[in-house]
Amino acid sequence: MRAVDLATASVLILLGGVVVLDSMRIGIGWGIDGPRSGFFPFWLGVILILASLTIGLQAWRRSTAKPFVTREQLGPVLKVLWPATAMVILIKPLGLYVAAALYMGFYMRWVGRHSWLAVALCAIGVPLLTFVVFEMWFLVPMPKGPLEGWLGY
Amino acid sequence: MGVENLFHGFQIAVTPFNLVVAVLGITLGTVIGVLPGLGGANGVAILLPLTFTMPPTSAIILLTSLYWGALFGGAITSVLFNIPGEPWSVATTFDGYPMARQGLGGQALTAAFTSSFIGALFSIVLITFFAPLLAEIALRFGPPEFFAIQLLTFSSFIGLGGGDPLKSLVSIVLGFILAAVGLDIVTGQLRMTFGFVDLMKGFDFIIAVIGLFGVGEILLSVEEGLSFKGTATGMNLRVVLDTWKILPRYARTFARGAFIGFWMGFKPGGATPASFMSYAFAKRFSKHPERFGKGEIEGVVAPETAAHAAGVAAMLPMITLGIPGSPTAAVMLGGLIIWGLQPGPLLFTEKPDFVWGLIASMYTGNFIGVLMVLAFVPFFAAILRIPFAILTPLIVVICAIGSYAVHNSMIDIWYMLIFGFVGYVFKKLDYPLAPLVLALVLGDLAENALRQSLIMSQGSLAIFVTRPIAGVITAVAIFFFVLPVVTPWWRRLRGATPQPS
Repeated sequence: MRAVDLATASVLILLGGVVVLDSMRIGIGWGIDGPRSGFFPFWLGVILILASLTIGLQAWRRSTAKPFVTREQLGPVLKVLWPATAMVILIKPLGLYVAAALYMGFYMRWVGRHSWLAVALCAIGVPLLTFVVFEMWFLVPMPKGPLEGWLGY
Repeated sequence: MGVENLFHGFQIAVTPFNLVVAVLGITLGTVIGVLPGLGGANGVAILLPLTFTMPPTSAIILLTSLYWGALFGGAITSVLFNIPGEPWSVATTFDGYPMARQGLGGQALTAAFTSSFIGALFSIVLITFFAPLLAEIALRFGPPEFFAIQLLTFSSFIGLGGGDPLKSLVSIVLGFILAAVGLDIVTGQLRMTFGFVDLMKGFDFIIAVIGLFGVGEILLSVEEGLSFKGTATGMNLRVVLDTWKILPRYARTFARGAFIGFWMGFKPGGATPASFMSYAFAKRFSKHPERFGKGEIEGVVAPETAAHAAGVAAMLPMITLGIPGSPTAAVMLGGLIIWGLQPGPLLFTEKPDFVWGLIASMYTGNFIGVLMVLAFVPFFAAILRIPFAILTPLIVVICAIGSYAVHNSMIDIWYMLIFGFVGYVFKKLDYPLAPLVLALVLGDLAENALRQSLIMSQGSLAIFVTRPIAGVITAVAIFFFVLPVVTPWWRRLRGATPQPS
């Protein structure tokens, strides 16, 4: 817990530093017509650094035995995260509907160990339903790939 | 004046189309409230793109109905599954779940829904009368007053939020920083883009809401092992009527809860403390405080009344000042801007149809909502019996679709994933997420108010204390800001004095 708390505080301090530097680049003082662009972000950056520093110091002094995440907890979290990332990568070449179908099918089979029939029904049915709702009823276009193109969309 | 306008509003809200929209919204909202990982805020965010082609009044009715539905849905999971869907449902689980375990789930749910309805109704009546007044006062506000209100908004997260005040502060500042990324509309300069074209557009808070609350929440809930041990609903007409017979006994609990809820609720972040406060008060004034926590019906009534009164009250600053009281209200505010409406006090004079249609729809929406959830609880509860391996990817896919649809941009889906991860880490480290979202929404408004005020005063911060209205608001804001610093001192002082004497 402490390590992650410290790491988060450090990242935030770093971020604050970046904000402060960028604000100083564009000017934090008084321009001809009022405060310049960097004025507001500069002070936000300063507050972020000070607050994160204090949080970091408090975390440093306090030691908790409770881990941030146990091995048993991390497994399921990663099992959601990496296939989701894969899906997002696949949206570009395959389109959203196909990527979503693959992702749902993969997750259901791999984690849920559902029967192939259930997997096929959900993985095809859900994207099909969203297609009808978004593309046909509400005319909100989603990224499409070769399959949709082949079907004439 | 108010009554006539309200009547006019009802004529708009009670058209067949808008009623269908309300029923649809409540159904979807309840489903969203029941599903883990989806709550009011991200449910509204995901459906927002679907409203782009609707008339604004129907669109806001859809989104507010969704919100009421989500509030009702939260009560179902709290009582039957011991899973508080939202932080303000936590207190409902204290007595709701034990009741369900004892086979009194039907009673607990009836009490919860009825209390929600009464709490909401109380706040709606107050909104009907106070909103026009507040809007009229707000018309006289200048930039310093608006900035002072922003200060008050964020100070109440720090002073009343209950968590680590420093972490709340970080969350707020982070939201403001994200809001500042991109083009500065005042000077035309690019800020914090570091040469990346994608950063020029800045960050959309709707994506942040979907990522932080949707994906982040899913990651948290899979971590806990995904086993839902629900109890039977035990709901039928007999149970509902019998429960209604005993509920009038708790009239004072209702009144107290509704009042606490409204009072806390129109300040941001107020719903959660309101529900806990109401529970604590009910316990203190009860003749049988020992029964609380073991399945006392009053322990369901108190927090639910307050939470819903607060949830509705969060709409008051949104429609009158253009400052949302909760993340869900913030998303609706974003919707208003997309539909081409300027949120704020002018809405009452320029778009009376919209405002009064909205207020009237709060009455109809909550009325339809309570009837629907009472009738269809078993159906809604059955959603949680869908296997988790189906629900999880389904919710991730819905979040991705929602994120893309806002701007038709692929980068937003990546932002959603990143926000999801950040939301997961922040939630585990107790950084509150609501202030971040609100700061992201209000960032530009707050910055402009600050700049204009400083231009008015030639750069002196004194303008926030010397103008009468701004001064009072700033003073209250400062009080909330220092509250976390003073409270430990005060406790020590009070704790230390009796000992020597």
